[in-house]
Amino acid sequence: MSSVELKAVEKHFAGGIIAVDAIDLDVPDGAFVTLLGPSGCGKTTTLRMVAGLEHPTGGEILIKGKRVNETPIHQRNLGMVFQNYALFPHKSIFDNVAFGLKYRGVGKADIAVRVRRALDIVRLPGVEQRFPTQLSGGQQQRIALARALVIEPDVLLLDEPLSALDANLREEMRSEIKAIQRRIGVTAIFVTHDQGEALAMSDLVVVMNKGKIEQRGAPAEVYEHPRSEFVANFLGNANFLPATVVAVAGGGISVALADGSQLAVADAARTVQAGEKVNVVVRAEKIELDGGGLSHASVLKGTISAVDYLGSTARYDVTLAGGEKVTTLATIRDGARRVGDQVNLSIAPEHCRIL
Amino acid sequence: MTAAAPSPTREGAFGWALLRVCSIAVYIFMFAPIVVVILLAFNSSRSGAFPMEGFSLQWFGKLFANDSIVEAFKTSLILAATSSALATIIGVMAALALVRYSFRGKEGIQTFLSLPLLMPEVVMGVALLMFLKFLSMPRSFAVLLLGHTVLSLPYVVLLVQARLVGLRSSYEEAAWTLGANRIQTFFEVTLPLISPAIVGGFLFAATLSFDNITATLFWKKPGIETVPTKIFAMLRTSVSPEINALGAVMIVITILLPLIGGYMVRRFAKAR
Repeated sequence: MSSVELKAVEKHFAGGIIAVDAIDLDVPDGAFVTLLGPSGCGKTTTLRMVAGLEHPTGGEILIKGKRVNETPIHQRNLGMVFQNYALFPHKSIFDNVAFGLKYRGVGKADIAVRVRRALDIVRLPGVEQRFPTQLSGGQQQRIALARALVIEPDVLLLDEPLSALDANLREEMRSEIKAIQRRIGVTAIFVTHDQGEALAMSDLVVVMNKGKIEQRGAPAEVYEHPRSEFVANFLGNANFLPATVVAVAGGGISVALADGSQLAVADAARTVQAGEKVNVVVRAEKIELDGGGLSHASVLKGTISAVDYLGSTARYDVTLAGGEKVTTLATIRDGARRVGDQVNLSIAPEHCRIL
Repeated sequence: MTAAAPSPTREGAFGWALLRVCSIAVYIFMFAPIVVVILLAFNSSRSGAFPMEGFSLQWFGKLFANDSIVEAFKTSLILAATSSALATIIGVMAALALVRYSFRGKEGIQTFLSLPLLMPEVVMGVALLMFLKFLSMPRSFAVLLLGHTVLSLPYVVLLVQARLVGLRSSYEEAAWTLGANRIQTFFEVTLPLISPAIVGGFLFAATLSFDNITATLFWKKPGIETVPTKIFAMLRTSVSPEINALGAVMIVITILLPLIGGYMVRRFAKAR
């Protein structure tokens, strides 16, 4: 069953700005769905429309099968976590977490029990009497999560909740939020511009661009099988190689690059014909440098034009014989390569996608 | 190569010395009259001027024995309290509307609300008086109350507005998502968070009303006196030591009121 459904939802702002352009989305019950995209892609506006903080100019929003377009925010029973925590600075942690329960007619004794349970869930027991400013950023975000969860919301909405935290804490909180969501089984919609967060946390990633959904799918699917240049670029380091289809046989496609060197591609999702001009996408980390490991891999010759030393790995810019530029990520084994080195690049057919 | 800090040259040192002297002179110019008034209030001499002859509290005693002065004090205090309460209520509502909502004519209303701030008080005084004449309404305490409210309204609006702009709307949004409606959110979240600005605005308005004279002279009904108009009237006959005592009381009230307010706001903020 769908927890949240968007049917052709759109948001036009004054001045002809289209923030969200007729989006359809089904969020299954208990799923962790991430809206991923650059700033201004409409992901936050979409989340705010589900919350009721923005009103759609078209389409329908359903929560648990019921249309909520006309339901005011305070009657939607949603838990929302904000980027800057938004804990009430003038209220104690107890009063912050109890805030939502007070408006749900929960008795005093029951409130105390549920607040304590919520603080246990976010692993911050015993802070009831403190005030938000006495807690660290990570702790404040946990309280914000407890405050949103204690009301047993139909949907948990997370608006870039990790972006205000520093890098180490961000990774810790990311697995924590995911673990709590799984344990409680609450449906969650998460908004982020960070592909790492999206891939690590989600059951379903929805990539958005310019108010539209570019692609949706499981993290591995979206990452491995990007269906547009935008998605390929936004998630990870992708290389684009313009090529001409030479031969098509079964699932195997053979394409020729500018200098005539051939590349084997195994992409069942696309049907192409010989002679067609295509763009082949290969992820940087899928290109092997002087590997020679896989017998069925195509081998391309090139010269290293730039090296980025990253510690355990290095990023190489390689210029191919035909002039195309390719970026590869390689683990450093016995010393990094140098600019000017001649290298062989091995690319397995299953790692090539045709756009 | 080392980038040395600019060493104090002779001209530099002279400049700083000049600045110091000027600053001190400005402060003396500003505060000397106040100090003189307070000192002379305790002078035992009848003349109400230097030299000091001895320490005495008699002028304060005379002050509180003078019914017309006590009456003026009452009028001033009631006027200040009511007009600033009115200005605060209206001002908070106006600031909320201007910051949190968008509507037609918002810019115009914003300008309109700060107009009393820019307009010379004499103009304000005459304008309101003419308007009342047009309505054939006599001068009364109500007119005075109305006028003082209008005069202090911009200060409340600007103070509360500044606070609201600095207040992220996510606090209010969080309260809504948690189930509080607009009114509950206002009293539970918005009001406590802007209360320092509200208290500040109220005290500012009260102080303004308490020592306003120009506009008050236009609006007051003959026979009604506020403390400033009373002092003004007394000065027309002579400079009596009583006036020094009255001035000292005025100074203490107008300085203490904002100080107490500031202290209360800080205490309040800390306790929370």
